[in-house]
Amino acid sequence: MAFGPHLLLAVLEGLVTAAVLSLTALGLSLVFGVMRIVNVAHGEFFMLGAVLAWAVANALGGHPALGFVAALVIAPLIVGAVAWLAERLVLSRLKYNPESTIVATIGLLYVIQQLALTFYGPEARPVAPPFSYRLSLPWFGYSAYKLSIIAAAALLLIATWLVLTRTKIGLTMRATQYDSETAQAFGIPVGRVYAGVFALGAMLAALAAVLIVPISQAHYLMGQDPLLLSFIVVIIGGLGSLRGTVVAAVLIGVSDGVVSMFFSPTLAKMIATLAVALVLVFRPQGLFGTAPR
Amino acid sequence: MSDGAVLAVSGLDAFYGEVQVLYGLDLTLRRGEVLCLLGRNGAGKTTTLKAIMGLVPAAAGSIRLEGRELTGLPAHEVPKAGIAYVPQGRRLFAEMTVAENIEIGLMARKKGASVREAVLDLFPLLRQRWKQRSGTLSGGEQQMLAMARALCLEPKVLLLDEPTEGLMPSMIAKIRETVGKLREQGVSTILVEQRVDAVLPVADRVAFIENGRNRETVGVDVLRADPSAVKRYVGVG
Repeated sequence: MAFGPHLLLAVLEGLVTAAVLSLTALGLSLVFGVMRIVNVAHGEFFMLGAVLAWAVANALGGHPALGFVAALVIAPLIVGAVAWLAERLVLSRLKYNPESTIVATIGLLYVIQQLALTFYGPEARPVAPPFSYRLSLPWFGYSAYKLSIIAAAALLLIATWLVLTRTKIGLTMRATQYDSETAQAFGIPVGRVYAGVFALGAMLAALAAVLIVPISQAHYLMGQDPLLLSFIVVIIGGLGSLRGTVVAAVLIGVSDGVVSMFFSPTLAKMIATLAVALVLVFRPQGLFGTAPR
Repeated sequence: MSDGAVLAVSGLDAFYGEVQVLYGLDLTLRRGEVLCLLGRNGAGKTTTLKAIMGLVPAAAGSIRLEGRELTGLPAHEVPKAGIAYVPQGRRLFAEMTVAENIEIGLMARKKGASVREAVLDLFPLLRQRWKQRSGTLSGGEQQMLAMARALCLEPKVLLLDEPTEGLMPSMIAKIRETVGKLREQGVSTILVEQRVDAVLPVADRVAFIENGRNRETVGVDVLRADPSAVKRYVGVG
């Protein structure tokens, strides 16, 4: 294959990575932005989404599209409920202390991972894509499903942005983020907002996982890479900045796709990590972040 | 509880961590009056307001709004009961627009456009700044917005913590005038101030706070006749 088409393929693969990554990282960024909590278990919510997607699709049977659509609705809801419970039972009782919550979410990481190992097992299992149409380009065929991931992620990002900026729920979340004490003085139930944001963050990760599971398979250790990459994206983009998260996800995703294809995946990870180091040294608030108040 | 009291605080103890700040504080706010809390730095004035809002938990004592006990309520229920708070330093949601800050005020007690228009009639300048980020307003405009945001609750009781701090004289006059207007509308106000000259023109009574206790509550006419209490509790004449 010539260089041009090869590059196009690499960019397309990179955009798929970027799409999934931006959703996952947005969840992490929301939770940190509003609650000031570093959620180490975020990758496990991603994994749980994929595993539940398999479980739902498997239990339903029938046409793959049916199972997939059901998984797309049910898996994020269950993951959101788990996150909500974890927030109410654990994080809220720690009074959102930054150090304690890191330790608590590390604990949560292992609890979820081991539960998945116990009940789902160590196998990697695929979920059938809802449709298997291949788009034939002049140089190579490309899965239409992969392109639909990019479109779905874009829609979800726009929806999240609209909720944050145009609705009362978003206003409540932003008020809590800027000044939780004053928010309370204006009748905002900060505890409930925190629980909702934590659930929403987890649901975004779960959605990303359901989208990716038809091309990558569900496995109980699959949460580690998304967690690391999400942190990279959030640091580069700037915490709490939706625009920064998306730009950084595209940057990391596409460079990951291109470098992985032409050189090696390891080099891609090294470059991403180097980028984080450079951002931390020269622009600690991230590309689009605002300096802490 | 005395007749006409809209807010009654009695025997209030409050702590910051291990440090006790309020010791059995008593306070009565009569309907439609402006009660000023006067005292030195660290006397417990701001803590009193925060305790009323439920932002600092009451370790002992009671806070009653028209006879309804507030101390057991979670902090976000207190404003819904009808108490609005203008914190020290204004504490606007600085990255949001004027419109969004007002919207948050309106949401607290589900008030609509008519309340918004009434509030904006008090501070017409805010209409011109409607889509501006509130952090970019001048100090005086920010104070107006902080008061407007609180008034969007149509409160029975308004708590104002040093509203004139750091403002230029024309703006101080404007704030004072607004407090007067609100009294005419029947809003009962607790006003925290450091300087007695800022208080005498607007207050009905003055409560002297010292070491977390209310030492004495006197009418302003008494205070005008005999300002010795000011010297005793605030240290300046």
